[in-house]
Amino acid sequence: MLRRAAEQWGHPVIYVNEQPTPGAEGLRVAEVAARLKPGADIVVVNGFPAPPDQVLVAGDHCWLMRRGEVPSAAIMDHLLHARHTPGVHEAVRRATVGIMGLGGLGSAVAVALARMGIGGLLLADYDVVEPSNLNRQHYFIDQLGLPKTVALAANLARINPYVAVDLIEARLTEADIPPRFAGMDVLVECFDDPVMKAAALRATLRELPQVGYVGASGMAGYGDNNAIRTQRIRPRVYIVGDNESEARPGQGLMAPRVGIAAHHQANQVIRLLLGVDEEA
Amino acid sequence: MITIICNGESRQLDQQVSVEQLMISLGLNPERVVAELNGRILNRSEYAVTMLANGAILELIRFVGGG
Repeated sequence: MLRRAAEQWGHPVIYVNEQPTPGAEGLRVAEVAARLKPGADIVVVNGFPAPPDQVLVAGDHCWLMRRGEVPSAAIMDHLLHARHTPGVHEAVRRATVGIMGLGGLGSAVAVALARMGIGGLLLADYDVVEPSNLNRQHYFIDQLGLPKTVALAANLARINPYVAVDLIEARLTEADIPPRFAGMDVLVECFDDPVMKAAALRATLRELPQVGYVGASGMAGYGDNNAIRTQRIRPRVYIVGDNESEARPGQGLMAPRVGIAAHHQANQVIRLLLGVDEEA
Repeated sequence: MITIICNGESRQLDQQVSVEQLMISLGLNPERVVAELNGRILNRSEYAVTMLANGAILELIRFVGGG
């Protein structure tokens, strides 16, 4: 209200930590920082780090922070808004995405979406963090033995504490996928077990026509990067992978190629949230 | 002789078989396959009891493990 009134009166307005700040126009960011937040050593103007001698002009949004200080929800939102362009950020932050399985695919998809500022995540896994997971999954050595749901929620909170994270610590079945994930904008299948991969796609095609879907099949080993593809199999339903490279002795799951597939999945989620649904 | 379309390709069957029998003859594990018959996604329990009629259009999506 205050902001709109100031603009209507024709005064040049600069926002410092989202407060209209008369008299800041023409000042250098270092001068504004010294006046309004002594000790501030990170200054962000319009979403990007600003040098101390940058001069503020009308319409600038200036954020003053101290190094090491956790940014507020408003600052995080502003940074992501500026970085991702407004249309992208609005769509991403109002979306909720379900992730089934929190291994090499699921933990990486969750991290990518949390960094993007996704509104909400519903994370499902029944397992605990084991030493063999650390070659590709987003967990730490001091988290061995913790449920993956709990460990991943803690790690996401260290990246972006403003994502609403809900957890399902249970082994999912075909029958309970539809009721648990009916409210999602997009559902991401990141299971290890091919029986559950088939079950999840079947359940979604039969009972969740309104939910976008991104599954995965075939990303073990160190085969060709570009054999990993994103295939559209139905409107708003995609499968990522090379369809062939099964996890087995002699062809293990490793961070690089599983990461390629996971980030195909995460980008496909973003595309679906932005309304892109094209035949390849 | 029965003719079906499976994943876009015409296929001749000597005798009537179920969806599950066809999967096995193709070397697929039915537990890892999603089947759409004439535009309808089948429940897992239907694979063994759904017979393929002449002119059937079948889509099979097979999964491999790893994630």
